[in-house]
Amino acid sequence: MIIIFILEAAETIYTVAILINMNQNKNKISSGHNACAGCGQLSAVQAVMRALNNDTILVNATGCLEVTTSAHPQSSWRLPWIHSLFENSASIASGIKAALNHNHKNTKVVIQAGDGGTYDIGIGLISGMWERNENIVYICYDTEAYSNTGIQASGSTPWGANTVTTPSGEKSIGSQQSKKDMLTIALAHGLKYVAQSTSAFPDDISNKVKKALVTIGPSYIQILSPCVPGWKIKTDETTKAARLAVKSGLYPLLEYTEGKLSNSSVNANFQADSVNEYLKIQGRFRHLKTEEIKQIQNLADKNIERYYL
Amino acid sequence: MEKKHNSHRPLAQPGSSLENKTGSWRTHRPEIDKNLCIGCSRCAKLCPDACIFMKMDKNTKLKAEVDYDYCKGCGICAAECPVKAIKMVKDY
Repeated sequence: MIIIFILEAAETIYTVAILINMNQNKNKISSGHNACAGCGQLSAVQAVMRALNNDTILVNATGCLEVTTSAHPQSSWRLPWIHSLFENSASIASGIKAALNHNHKNTKVVIQAGDGGTYDIGIGLISGMWERNENIVYICYDTEAYSNTGIQASGSTPWGANTVTTPSGEKSIGSQQSKKDMLTIALAHGLKYVAQSTSAFPDDISNKVKKALVTIGPSYIQILSPCVPGWKIKTDETTKAARLAVKSGLYPLLEYTEGKLSNSSVNANFQADSVNEYLKIQGRFRHLKTEEIKQIQNLADKNIERYYL
Repeated sequence: MEKKHNSHRPLAQPGSSLENKTGSWRTHRPEIDKNLCIGCSRCAKLCPDACIFMKMDKNTKLKAEVDYDYCKGCGICAAECPVKAIKMVKDY
């Protein structure tokens, strides 16, 4: 009885100590970066960084995260961090891992990239990295457009979204193509751990990153990170948008271990909201009419059926 | 091996972005009602600028505190607080 009490007390003290240490400018990414106020991506990055330990090397593809945290004479990172080009983050990570293996070191290598670098530009090299079965964690922050260069459509842009290169108007409903299913591409490579989350669930992100770090072999995590100028939302609505994406069934919290949907993703009590509220708060979907909203609702319904939500 | 310092290409020191006081971007400032705060730390976890701290008060209870040097005033904390202990007030 006493032992249990002592153990419980120790656990509480430990969690309190973590909470107190959190955000006291001892984070692995410091304040003072140039990201927009309310950036959903940086919100997700904070959760990812809490899951990493100091024995980690970060590789960054070009994108908002790289540009906002490494404005020339300054850096926000407190971990070894490297950036080279848009497409080759996977190859750089492979090289680092090869050097670490040669020196018999167990340092973790984590890649962070946006959806442009993952879905479009870097996909060939990522496929190579997964094929070589290297022990690297790949994290994709999915903003559903090239946010850094001014909201051009990417392979991740959903159907009907208004972007600079897919403008909506009299004869166009915005993006004509539907979102590429990157999770299935990752699963087709035989990855042991594939997960999907959104920036509204920081604890979920931290747990998934921790699981990916202990997985032997490559792992892929995709995090929906709402973009204030890209989605045309208010700065305090990024977390709300990310939560509504999960609730509507358009972007469910998923986890595949050994290629199978794990139990934590399946939720018997899940009651989907309609997609209306999710689309309503975003300026990029404001032009959609009832019929088009119905088509998006169909997508959400298909997701719910497919993932047993 | 010691690296040569080149004044034309200075090395970025870890965490040196703390020199940018991004608090000057702000138009609205979050104010936390310490009596209402239940110490759930959701605001601290979600803050994109990592400028909300959890601190222990006299009664050993966790309370949120904002570092106004870096707060950009986005309002995520106020929107997400489960007990509405955070209010955004004009800061100009």
